[in-house]
Amino acid sequence: MSDSSLDNLPKGWKSVPNDLGSDQTAFKGVQWGKAMMWIFLLSDTFIFSCFLISYMKGRASTVVDWPNTSHVFSLDFMGVPVPLLLIAIMTFVLITSSGTMALAVKYGYEKNRKMCGHLILATAIGGLIFVGMQAFEWSKLIHEGVRPWSNPFGAGQFGSYFFMITGFHGTHVSIGVIFLFIFARKVYRGDFDTGRRGFFTTMKSDYVSIEILGLYWHFVDLVWVFIFAFFYLW
Amino acid sequence: MSDEYEHKLEAKSDYTGDASSVSTPDIDAVPDAELPDQELYHSHSWWTTYVFSQDAKYIGIQYALTAIGTGLLGLVLSWLMRIQLAWPGLGWLEPSSYYQFVTMHGMIMVVYLLTALFLGGFGNLLIPLMCGARDMAFPYVNMLSYWAFVVAVVVLLASFFVPGGPTGAGWTLYPPQAITAGTPGYNGGIILMLISLILFVAGFTMGGLNYIITVLQLRARGMTLMRLPLTIWGIFTATVLAMFAFPALLVGCLMMTLDSLLGTSFFMPAMVSLGETLTHEGGSPILFQHLFWFFGHPEVYIVALPAFGIVSDLLSVHSRKTIFGYRMMVWAIVGIGALSFFVWAHHMYVSGMNPWFGFFFATTTLIIAVPTAIKVYNWILTLWRGNIVLSLPMLFSLGFIVTFLNGGLTGLFLGNVTVDVPLSDTYFVVAHFHMVMGIAPILVVFGAIYHWYPLVTGRMMNETLGKVHFWITFIGSYAIYFPMHYQGFVGVPRRYYEIYDSPYIDVSTLLLNKFITIAVLIVGAAQLLFLYNLFASARLGKKAEKNPWKANSLEWQTPQMPPEHGNWGKELPKVYRWPYDFSVPGAKEDYIPQTQPPSEIIGAKVEKT
Repeated sequence: MSDSSLDNLPKGWKSVPNDLGSDQTAFKGVQWGKAMMWIFLLSDTFIFSCFLISYMKGRASTVVDWPNTSHVFSLDFMGVPVPLLLIAIMTFVLITSSGTMALAVKYGYEKNRKMCGHLILATAIGGLIFVGMQAFEWSKLIHEGVRPWSNPFGAGQFGSYFFMITGFHGTHVSIGVIFLFIFARKVYRGDFDTGRRGFFTTMKSDYVSIEILGLYWHFVDLVWVFIFAFFYLW
Repeated sequence: MSDEYEHKLEAKSDYTGDASSVSTPDIDAVPDAELPDQELYHSHSWWTTYVFSQDAKYIGIQYALTAIGTGLLGLVLSWLMRIQLAWPGLGWLEPSSYYQFVTMHGMIMVVYLLTALFLGGFGNLLIPLMCGARDMAFPYVNMLSYWAFVVAVVVLLASFFVPGGPTGAGWTLYPPQAITAGTPGYNGGIILMLISLILFVAGFTMGGLNYIITVLQLRARGMTLMRLPLTIWGIFTATVLAMFAFPALLVGCLMMTLDSLLGTSFFMPAMVSLGETLTHEGGSPILFQHLFWFFGHPEVYIVALPAFGIVSDLLSVHSRKTIFGYRMMVWAIVGIGALSFFVWAHHMYVSGMNPWFGFFFATTTLIIAVPTAIKVYNWILTLWRGNIVLSLPMLFSLGFIVTFLNGGLTGLFLGNVTVDVPLSDTYFVVAHFHMVMGIAPILVVFGAIYHWYPLVTGRMMNETLGKVHFWITFIGSYAIYFPMHYQGFVGVPRRYYEIYDSPYIDVSTLLLNKFITIAVLIVGAAQLLFLYNLFASARLGKKAEKNPWKANSLEWQTPQMPPEHGNWGKELPKVYRWPYDFSVPGAKEDYIPQTQPPSEIIGAKVEKT
């Protein structure tokens, strides 16, 4: 749909019955891939909700006390144990990478290939640092004796839920990082300007895919905020 | 590859450009095309045409055949179980094999047959055609979806060949018993089952995104949501349910896999097994039940809603009558779908949860009866004074209404806590869910296959064989499940591999078991007749004329039948009305296809849609 005909449509709440009552598309001017990503993310929200609600239920019904999280997650800094130090840095890096991703989308639509590519690369590196720090955190906890089935600090379920949920989230981040690197290459090569065809799908490339990848990336960051709140602050 | 399409595109844009500039009001006007024509993948080899096909029609047929093939295994398993129950003296099955067959039968029929057939099979075949699209939105992802399903089926079947065999935990896979020694397949089969389900969910998600986006964003010019056939509404709503229900199953499966493989204790309390204290402690078995039924109850409607939709269309076409209360039907589908997320714990009345929960879930469960009853009344009112043609699809649709009503009424009993508690885990429950989500949807599946067979093959299925198939299946299922209601009332428990000669169980139930088994063998054999008809008619069947049922919906209005790649030739269809304009006063024919412009039917008193 061209932009001019989009402008003629009703705005605000009136657009809802208008769009749903219309023919052809229910989301006017929204590219298919973008709509698909939104619905996928809704579904993924249910996955993470199930994880976190299971975690709350599991934590509420253990027979042994839950470990003291500010003790378990503290990091020695110059001889002083600082609670949540590592995790604060991780969260900061991930949230920052969301910012660079948003800028990449903006420069993408402006057809500024170089800036867009640099920013996607920066986002990918941010994600990579996050995953690296997560690996460090895992190995630190494993050294301290935390296992998926037991740990020296309290209820065994702590390790079970911690490794499962952060692992599932880390997998999401890693998949995102892989796609960010692929997209950085595609941007630098100019795929989105020339409409080069996808290797697997044989469909033309378009800058909107950067926004779609951005949606995924912001979602992964948002989920992290919830994991952070429920695991580290509770 | 897309050059030819780009040419068409240019030609089209000229055409659509002047539609709005007509000065006199044009009664045939439809809104301009919002999007350029869809670019399609064109296959070049045998492999990409028939195996790794990206054409939704082929994928639909692949899905359907794989699902039916797996379902056939489920049928054979039910034969073996019934023979064991009727003549335990023969010693056909070990107790462990009986439990394994119960489990595999249940899981195969619910997930790998019905879900895959309705959404993967009929969804892929019908959504693009009925919405007026050239294909699904993402053909490549759609192909991946099918192959993920194939891998899931292979992993599931592989569990028959691992040491210990498939899991015997029952299709609900409740821990702790599912992964504890003493249950068949507790350390091999169950893992493959869980992995297979995870693969199924992943594959389904890829397909489901396609179905949702195609319905929402790829409709033809003039095709509003309220002009969609109810088939599409049913499949669409079921897909939305699946997208939100399967995550709970995925999480439950993942956690149980970890419990089994890594020794975590998500679901495992401290237990003594075979005289030894297990290392697990502190887990919550009830948590799994909540996760499972948060998936499991919407799953019932994932199977039922497409059946509701399809049967509405079959009834309307074959009684030459407008569907009664179209909007009510749509809202009932959506309402049932939404409510289905608030009733899951009615499967857990005897799990020991707080009694107030039972009160809440009984209430929500009974509320679902309201939109469901609306649908049944509307089907009957659609038939009222219709020109009922007793064609095969109509016979199966009529069979569905009766069977569904029957299963629905026993559901009212089981939905009430006080009535459910004594009936829990008896054959009454088995009879209820087989009637309502086994036989009823399967009758619709048969009706739908007889109805859309000409669309797929260009030939009709044999009518006589079909009628024999219908009457044996219909009467046979009642012969099977009516006695089970009685057995349940007198207290025969389900999941027992042998009903012993006990003073607490009336001898009549033992005789009934033999009767039921004979009926099962006959009904099962009749399905082989159906399979013969299905495959033989592709070659021997009578050639079908175009639009053989004189239906209005878009799938019959393609330039070729069966439709070619891209479905619509050069021009995408334009839609002027809903698909239910049958027997309109003043019209020349007794049906007005969705594509017929108003200028061609002046004088006909069509409803404004």
